Amino acid sequence: MRRRIPLIITFIIGVVLITGYFVTRGPFNTLYESFSDYFAIITVFAFILGGGSLLKIHLKRVSSRATDWPYSMVTLVAFLVTLVIGLFKVGNPGGMGGEILASGSWLRFMFDGVYNPLSATMFSLLAFFVASASYRAFRARTKEATILLSAALVILLGRTPVGAWLTAWMPESLAFLELPNLANWIMAWPNTAGQRAIMIGIALGVIATSLRIILGIERNYLGRGE
Amino acid sequence: MDVTLMLWIDAALTLMILSFLYRDNPFYKFAEHLFVGVSAAYLMAVGFWDHLVPNLLGKLFPSLMSGVVPGAVGRSPDYYYLIPAIFGLLLLTRLIDRWAWLSRWALAFIVGGAAGFNLPRFLDSDFIIQVQSTMIPLVVLDASGNLLWGASFSHVVLVLGVICGLVYFFFSVEHKGVLGHVSRAGIWVLMVTFGAAFGYTVMARISLLTGRMEALGAWLGSIF
Repeated sequence: MRRRIPLIITFIIGVVLITGYFVTRGPFNTLYESFSDYFAIITVFAFILGGGSLLKIHLKRVSSRATDWPYSMVTLVAFLVTLVIGLFKVGNPGGMGGEILASGSWLRFMFDGVYNPLSATMFSLLAFFVASASYRAFRARTKEATILLSAALVILLGRTPVGAWLTAWMPESLAFLELPNLANWIMAWPNTAGQRAIMIGIALGVIATSLRIILGIERNYLGRGE
Repeated sequence: MDVTLMLWIDAALTLMILSFLYRDNPFYKFAEHLFVGVSAAYLMAVGFWDHLVPNLLGKLFPSLMSGVVPGAVGRSPDYYYLIPAIFGLLLLTRLIDRWAWLSRWALAFIVGGAAGFNLPRFLDSDFIIQVQSTMIPLVVLDASGNLLWGASFSHVVLVLGVICGLVYFFFSVEHKGVLGHVSRAGIWVLMVTFGAAFGYTVMARISLLTGRMEALGAWLGSIF
């Protein structure tokens, strides 16, 4: 029962959704729309599960005084404070009926003052690591690395005013070699070709995996044991 | 909220994260753990108010939710929505070791749903439409029948690029001989794509960094 029922649920949901996509009227369409709503709702519970899991892990770390446990306290306090502010709309000018991210609300402050600078800086750190990665790729001196870096350089220069300025001296007959034009051509043709090959490959992979899941051949998501 | 206070918090958090460029340190760890806590709770709160309240609680308890869900006034409860509520609660049993197996039912709904949604959509938009878009003329002529060299060359690059890229992904046959050469050309096409993506990523990250530097500049400007 512990493994068979989930397989039956997966099969029914999968078959109904696939049929509902092609049959646009009658009961299948109604079920398709209902299941779409249900799917969106259950996915939100996954966020709650994620929050619960975060609480569980950090509470365990604090209670067992694991390495760096004071930082787990930071996570717990930040999580609980933001959650209370968000769920009860604390400091929201419109009260419980106001928009969750209303201007002047405390959650808005958490978003603008804490979440935004932290996420932006965290991602901007990648600029430094990307620079170091490209230097290492450049040192590798393989044909593939050279192609990758050349394409990246053309795109980088071609999409900024420097690129236009660098190649502005070129005669009209060689205008296609100007960096902005070259960048546009790379984006429109070879880049599209590569993207398309990847997309077709991914699509075939997704179709095969989806079929395996619906037919119960792929069962890894159920985990091990009973 | 006070603008100066916002500037100080913004600058302090930015400097804490940037301190990682020197090495891992307590300030970075503090900011990192703060980010995890705030972002998890933020996403939960937004998910609760934007999806769970209008789409589930508003349907199950319309009279109770009439103050927060505008369309719920005068609506009768839709008990079919007990199905996602039960599956959602089953998903949460994963947090209790003894009942964790029940979460498989909800997980089965999510996995089956994702498979059911993705199969026809990927088949349509990422397979059929992409193949269709690649079927373009290799020789391009203008209205008076003259060969357009540039456009023809671009079309050849696109069609051959897609074929070579697909051959590289075809693992059922060993990549030797002609297939090996075609597959090698496929790698080069993919490298151009990755290079373009790399270039855009660098630009996006540098633009974020510029934004952070501007924020630090505004903070310094407020001091001096």
